[in-house]
Amino acid sequence: MPDTVVAASSAAGLAGLAELRRVAIVPAYNEELAVPRVIDELRVFDPGLDIVVVDDGSVDRTAAVAAAKGARVLRLPFNLGIGGAVQTGFRFAFENDYDVAVRVDGDGQHDPSQLVRVLEPVLRGEADIAIGSRFASDEGGYRSSRARRVGIRLLAWVVSRIVGQRLTDTTSGFQAVNREGIALFARDYPHDYPEVEATVMVFRHRLRLCEVPVSMRERDSGRSSITALRSVYYMVKVSLAIFVGLFRRNITPEEEGK
Amino acid sequence: MTPLAVSIAGAVASFTLVLVVFELIRSRRLRERYALLWLATGITLTALSAWRNGLNTIARWVGVRSYPPAVLFAVGILFILAVLLHYSTVISRLSDQNTLLAQRLALLEEQTRVASDAR
Repeated sequence: MPDTVVAASSAAGLAGLAELRRVAIVPAYNEELAVPRVIDELRVFDPGLDIVVVDDGSVDRTAAVAAAKGARVLRLPFNLGIGGAVQTGFRFAFENDYDVAVRVDGDGQHDPSQLVRVLEPVLRGEADIAIGSRFASDEGGYRSSRARRVGIRLLAWVVSRIVGQRLTDTTSGFQAVNREGIALFARDYPHDYPEVEATVMVFRHRLRLCEVPVSMRERDSGRSSITALRSVYYMVKVSLAIFVGLFRRNITPEEEGK
Repeated sequence: MTPLAVSIAGAVASFTLVLVVFELIRSRRLRERYALLWLATGITLTALSAWRNGLNTIARWVGVRSYPPAVLFAVGILFILAVLLHYSTVISRLSDQNTLLAQRLALLEEQTRVASDAR
């Protein structure tokens, strides 16, 4: 079949996508070099996808280059951190009534052509949230420091025990989310390093989450926000957040002045 | 009994605290919520300085005989801890609100930009 290659990397092969209002949330902090390519690739993947770049208080020209590429740009007045930036995107998706949102990081490590896999379970109605996992298959492609891989696995193990479903990559931000997920994340989203906590939160709200195997790219430019010392802080903070979160009776915070 | 000079110095310092708090409220630099707390602190300290046998008496009530000022230190440290913890909750709440404001601002700015481009 000559079509398979095309179908594997573009939205054309996804049934039912065309009728949906869909948006890509692209959080970016000082990513003027990587963002244009991410936007181009998203367009190639699906020309009908609205693209919203959330500029998390960048000091470079991230917002300008994104706007020049025709993306809608949400400019945060100062750096909120990835959680606050992503939530801004989900608020946008919620208020503008989107049916499905994908999150693709502005540093270029998520390959938009792999969105097919991430979107599929959501479009088929099998999951409210689908997460692209680097470790769900042996495909590989992702290399990072040993310490970091161990940390990621450890977190995955802890979270799997808590939610009662086997998860392999709870730190992945490569996700597709349906209306229910958008509504939840618009209202409540964790702060600094949000993915792990968000996963637990999703289960507590009884939404369905699934993982799909993807490969991720090395970062083209910019620098990962996670250094060695921060990884430790991250582990401790996330563990605490998860642990305390389990004792919360009110699982969503009260909205302060809508 | 506390020496008279020490007692007077303490009373003056404590009363100054009360005056400073009063001035801060008057110039609207301190919300009433905190004002009450600091006024009460100032008045308590003034009273303790003026009542020269106070520390000994209170220490005896709670059964501290060897070193009465220890009671003052213990209460003071606990008080400071409680205030700091309270401030942490206030800061957390403020930063949550700050985040929300930043997000709303970003959304609004984008809306106005789109609206003015359309015109």
